[in-house]
Amino acid sequence: MSQFLSYAIPGIPYGCNFALMAVGLVLTFRATGVFNLAFGAQAFVSAFIFDLLVRSDHLPVGVAFIVSVLVFSPLLGLGLDRFLFRHIPSASTTAKLVSSLGLLIAIPQALPIFFGSGERENPPNLWLNPNHVYFHIFTTPINGGEVTTVVITVVVVAAVMAMFRWTGIGLQMRAVVESRRMAQLEGINAPRVAAGAWALSSVLAGLAGVLLLPLTATLNPEDPLQFTALLVAGLTAAAVASMRSLPIALAAGIGLGIVENLLAGYLPSGSVVAQTVVLNFPFVVLVGTLLLNPGLRQLELSSDPLAAVDPPPAPPSVSIRDRRLEVPTRVGFWLLVVGFLASSVTWVPADYVTAFAEGLCVSIICLSITLITGMSGQLSLCQAAFAGIGAFAAGQFAEHLGLPVLLGAVVGGLIAAVIGTVVAVVAVRVSGLLLALVTLAFAIFADQSLFQYSWTGGGLTGVTVPRPILGSINFGSDRAFLVLCFVALVLCSVLVLLVQRGTVGRYLAAMRGSPVAAASMGINLRTARLTVFAMSAGIAGFGGTLFASVLQHVSADQFTYEYSLVFVVVVITTGSRTIEGAIQAGMGFSVILLLLTLYLPTRFTGIEPILFAFGAMTYAAHPEGIVEYQKSRWMVRVSKLFNAYDERRARKAGSSLGQSAGTPDALREALPAVSVPLGDRFSG
Amino acid sequence: MFGALTGDATGDATGAVTGAGSAALLDAREISIHFGGIAALKEISLSMAPGEAVGLVGPNGAGKTTLFNCLCGQLRPSSGTVSFDGHVLDDMPAHMRARLGIRRTFQRVEVFPELTARDHMIVAERARRGDGALWKDLLNKGKPRPEELRHVEEVLDLVGLADLADVPVAALSLGHCRLVELGRALCGEPRLLMADEPSSGLDMTETATLAGVLRSVQRERGMAVLLVEHDMEMVRSAVDRVVVLEVGQIIAEGTFESVVNDAEVRRAYLGKSA
Repeated sequence: MSQFLSYAIPGIPYGCNFALMAVGLVLTFRATGVFNLAFGAQAFVSAFIFDLLVRSDHLPVGVAFIVSVLVFSPLLGLGLDRFLFRHIPSASTTAKLVSSLGLLIAIPQALPIFFGSGERENPPNLWLNPNHVYFHIFTTPINGGEVTTVVITVVVVAAVMAMFRWTGIGLQMRAVVESRRMAQLEGINAPRVAAGAWALSSVLAGLAGVLLLPLTATLNPEDPLQFTALLVAGLTAAAVASMRSLPIALAAGIGLGIVENLLAGYLPSGSVVAQTVVLNFPFVVLVGTLLLNPGLRQLELSSDPLAAVDPPPAPPSVSIRDRRLEVPTRVGFWLLVVGFLASSVTWVPADYVTAFAEGLCVSIICLSITLITGMSGQLSLCQAAFAGIGAFAAGQFAEHLGLPVLLGAVVGGLIAAVIGTVVAVVAVRVSGLLLALVTLAFAIFADQSLFQYSWTGGGLTGVTVPRPILGSINFGSDRAFLVLCFVALVLCSVLVLLVQRGTVGRYLAAMRGSPVAAASMGINLRTARLTVFAMSAGIAGFGGTLFASVLQHVSADQFTYEYSLVFVVVVITTGSRTIEGAIQAGMGFSVILLLLTLYLPTRFTGIEPILFAFGAMTYAAHPEGIVEYQKSRWMVRVSKLFNAYDERRARKAGSSLGQSAGTPDALREALPAVSVPLGDRFSG
Repeated sequence: MFGALTGDATGDATGAVTGAGSAALLDAREISIHFGGIAALKEISLSMAPGEAVGLVGPNGAGKTTLFNCLCGQLRPSSGTVSFDGHVLDDMPAHMRARLGIRRTFQRVEVFPELTARDHMIVAERARRGDGALWKDLLNKGKPRPEELRHVEEVLDLVGLADLADVPVAALSLGHCRLVELGRALCGEPRLLMADEPSSGLDMTETATLAGVLRSVQRERGMAVLLVEHDMEMVRSAVDRVVVLEVGQIIAEGTFESVVNDAEVRRAYLGKSA
């Protein structure tokens, strides 16, 4: 018993950290309607500023706490509301999740730009000294850090619960999340209530960050996602609480902390089994909870009663293109393709050839996102994991069995497709937000566990993936390999296009519009989802192998879960529903990264993810992609110019040929087929 | 407790009633469903013969749409059994029921906003044929075939949407969206068409057109129709038999005239003083 307690009791303060994260996630969700994956990143920023003020500026801890948690944090929250979430009040939970993904990418990348990339050792603690033992429970010593964490967590959670349950502002926050528009019709100043909710949530994030500081031995601005373990545990506790109950989130967080401590204590230390169990326990609990907790199903069911006032989805820009632009567009496209290939194999510098080849491979990975997110409307956050599975499989087969890399790419793609199907069998039981979270859990699992073994990802050393040889053609040179990547991209694009225009594409479009109506027509939603998941994973695995072959080496840090998020964010920025969107995403990602590396100091390379993250933050407002949206606007502008030109010509013809030609009917006939509502839609 | 049973309707021991005297196409027996502590349906039994048109009426909250959802597989009843054309549907998912020949429209319009009316029909046509294999798409065999397009054109003409066939449905009015839903259901060539308040949001002309379409598909194609509707004029013109629900129970059943004169029905609609 005393051994049990000596393992369990330290689990309580450890679990309080999870609980604070979980309560923050639940509070943000209930008060703002956003599943804020960036909560940990917000916490990190406040913690970083607290540390900076205490140690660099030598401010007293109390003053630093006030500045970082009570002044900076709410300002950050208000800023997020003012510049982001206020503009997407009626978007779905999944769309808002993408915006928070953008934040999760952007906030940490911004840190090194401001604070440099030096590590900061032994951060300060908030209240009691963590190195001093204050008392014992049974025989377990309790230090100052543990007391601080438990006391502040319990007090803060109790205060937040009281506010939600018994105050008018708590009630207003809940009403605004249910339907911002209905709340406004009842006289509630919804924007102000939402801003207050963001400020409160941000204060909680700041507090969590400062409280967690004693846990992290170092604060590294270049590794800002070191809050990953906390994110997984926080997500799990929030999921156990069905994203609703604050006391259950608190209890679940503490419970998780205790169980993790017990597992680590009782399992034989140093054994592979123990390491595997301890490492994977949080993922199993998270996925199990996401799939089995019936309370979570309600998250996707609740809908705004005034949703019908939302505008219809935007058509693809190509559908509103003036027909007179078709020939120039087609000619321009072929000139671009021929020019790109001819330049790449002749005069383009070597750095750019490598970046182009990488871009083509990333485009293939991005095509997998077009398939699963753009066509079927499912947000998968584990595409880099599938790419990694393909790459590692091909590398291992090449190294141990001597399998040619091109065949390895196909086999790797097939293995990724099989694993994708297994993930999908589990994941398609849920949809929307829950599906995104299940796939995120898989991405973190692949990154932190699966790719770390020598028989999969090669551990720390990685795996060699040689360049392919096809008959007598050796793709060892970068320029030859680029041509091969181009051909592979064309093949994958054709496959995706065939699916998009075929029956499965139509079924997916139907499913995206209304799953219940699609099922009532006889469409098997489960099969459609599994099919698209498997194919998407296969394409990602194939692209991942080619990507690894560019550098001829692959290691786990090339396919971390952050890459899964970044790829999604990049594709969503350029347009997730079109093939050209995926290619723009892949090429843009690689080429911009090269330009930043070549021409800016190292600390500024984070600007690229920030740029794309800004794009993704607009997803909720422009689900077609901000680049696609801008293209549509330009299509309309060009059409208006053509119309004005036609009108002038018609008027001139009317004045020279007599009155009849200038009648409204003649004018109408002269106008191209761009409908007025679409013109109005983009003119603002 | 049932109201007047007229015509050739026959009852059995469980209270299920089949019109037209032939073997039942749809046979729902003692369907109950509870939401929390509330009983939305209490041992409802309903039987329909092939080609029969039945109206399901009742005040708001009577359980009409819940019964629809139980029959189509969107909801699983707490107890009771449903069979269709000899197949027991109890554990069958919604898409399998649709493939057996049950198609429906929705009270709150459920269309696919990014697709045109024609695309809706093509998807329905494809789903009816069960032709959705990925390998066919990858071999470029996924394009609509001429005979499919012909059938789609026929249905578009039938529901009067030929002129709007290529407009994305997001740009159509509510009335046209209801016609798209109806056309989509008809494209599946169902043996039982279930229409959930199809006239809601339509003007009088549109309602009359819709009733005409329902009557014609029932008479000319032998399609059974189960119609939930508040517009009594439409019910009178479109169905052979009316079933009245109130707070999850059947309170009357029979021809339109017998049901509207039923004291229990008048009490349910107009209150005790009626």
